[in-house]
Amino acid sequence: MDRPQPRFPEPDTEPFWDATKEHKLMYQVDRDTGDVVFFPRAHNPKNGSRNLEWRESKGEGTVYTYSVVRLNRHPAFAPLGAYAVAYVDLDEGFRMLTNIVGVADPTRDISIGQRVKVQWEDQSSGISLPMFAPA
Amino acid sequence: MVSQRRDAAIVGIHEYPKRKAPGVTPLQIKAECAARALADAGLSWSDVDGLYDAQDGAGMSGLSLAEYFGLKPNVIDTTAVGGSSYEFHAAHARRAIAAGKCRVALLTYGSTAHSDMWRIGSMGGGAGAGAASPLSNMTDPWGMTLIANYAMVAQRHMYQYSTTSEQLARISVATRAHAMRNPEAVQAMTDLQFVGVNEISVEDVLNSRMIADPLHLLECCMVSDGGGAVVIASADVARDCRKKPVWIIGSGEATKYSENGGDLTVSAAAQSGPQAWAEAGIGPGEIDIAMIYDSFTITVLMMLEDLGFCGKGEGGAYVSEQRLRWDSPLKPALNTDGGGLSSNHPGMRGLFLLMEATRQLRGESTSQREGARLAIAHGNGGMLATSHTGGTIILAGD
Repeated sequence: MDRPQPRFPEPDTEPFWDATKEHKLMYQVDRDTGDVVFFPRAHNPKNGSRNLEWRESKGEGTVYTYSVVRLNRHPAFAPLGAYAVAYVDLDEGFRMLTNIVGVADPTRDISIGQRVKVQWEDQSSGISLPMFAPA
Repeated sequence: MVSQRRDAAIVGIHEYPKRKAPGVTPLQIKAECAARALADAGLSWSDVDGLYDAQDGAGMSGLSLAEYFGLKPNVIDTTAVGGSSYEFHAAHARRAIAAGKCRVALLTYGSTAHSDMWRIGSMGGGAGAGAASPLSNMTDPWGMTLIANYAMVAQRHMYQYSTTSEQLARISVATRAHAMRNPEAVQAMTDLQFVGVNEISVEDVLNSRMIADPLHLLECCMVSDGGGAVVIASADVARDCRKKPVWIIGSGEATKYSENGGDLTVSAAAQSGPQAWAEAGIGPGEIDIAMIYDSFTITVLMMLEDLGFCGKGEGGAYVSEQRLRWDSPLKPALNTDGGGLSSNHPGMRGLFLLMEATRQLRGESTSQREGARLAIAHGNGGMLATSHTGGTIILAGD
């Protein structure tokens, strides 16, 4: 079973998800103030301005925090066994929810402050999910 | 002490005694508890002129609830901010009463989460129902359960402040001790088939199954059926009620959410607490009873810090002292009914915090703190790591 997918139409986040089809991790910046905006929105939550532009992230960052999920009854996740959810702070200044993958044992091999890099998991819906693995 | 306003008081309470209630609806629980709480106050059904509802009754909110109950309130408030809704309602009822808009406010809650097999904590990632939103689109695909959401906060707290699982476990140990003194909680743990209906040790908590690192099974609240009702009345009505009034002397409301570069170890309580303390004209050191929403151990530890019972990051050492128990010489006693961890958690626990605080200030608790005079009820609603609300109510005995 597929993971829950983002659903459309949803104009705030649709450009972000469209870009994932080309494995591009996008975020927004306020052209006037330089504020980094994430999750995607049509306005800057610091001042209400709509003068935003999209930029591509290098996909590198550090683990802000994480948890290893041992129990999820959702049929898409139950077969995964123990898996890690995390907040990653990208070097460009935004924080995103994600999974940490590419480790042998998520209960031992992940730590706060660890450097990680984006890794894509293509979905049957056409979009790709950004996840992160140790850099 | 600054002059305290005593415009409104809790005058009637009723907690639905069962935690497993098959064949009963949330609306029936709400109506039954309403009648019993009004009887507790010595008031009648027709006295109610303010109705507060968190939209928990099977899709029926203010409009339909008034009809179902058969009430014609002058004030209807359907603020729905998760488990802290009832602290928000108490704050709003007090303001409405002070403004002369109503005299007798009724707050009710009913849920059959257990009987409905509602997997509140362990069904992460997307109901796929309702309209798509930016938030659902940016969280659902990664499978974050509700428990993992709180666990990520615990993990960060441990990293920043060297907080340990042993320290967090003391919260479970204290609340279980209180639950064992509360016959309804003992029945709840029996009905919900807890592995051991007995007092527990720190080791028991650490040896229980890991659900989402670093939170163990015995650090997570139960999923029960249940509900209750609270009646809040104006000072003139309160004076003629059956029981001594429990005065609402301070309140605070706040929201917090994940932000780029934000500190996840600080909750909305850091904003709602100071509002409430300032209004009440008292400080944390004077509180006898702390009813803090114990969805998980980390919730309590963080809110004790944010409400000023100890400094930020000092919660681990603070709860390690023998102060949380009802019979400790140190203030405050914590969740003396057994809490969500060991007595009652049908999904939104906020109303129970007000009820047990009221019992303590009336001298009616099963773990009665001698001479209890001041209490705080702090509700936390929503998801601690993503977005949540904090509602603080400070209560004083008559």
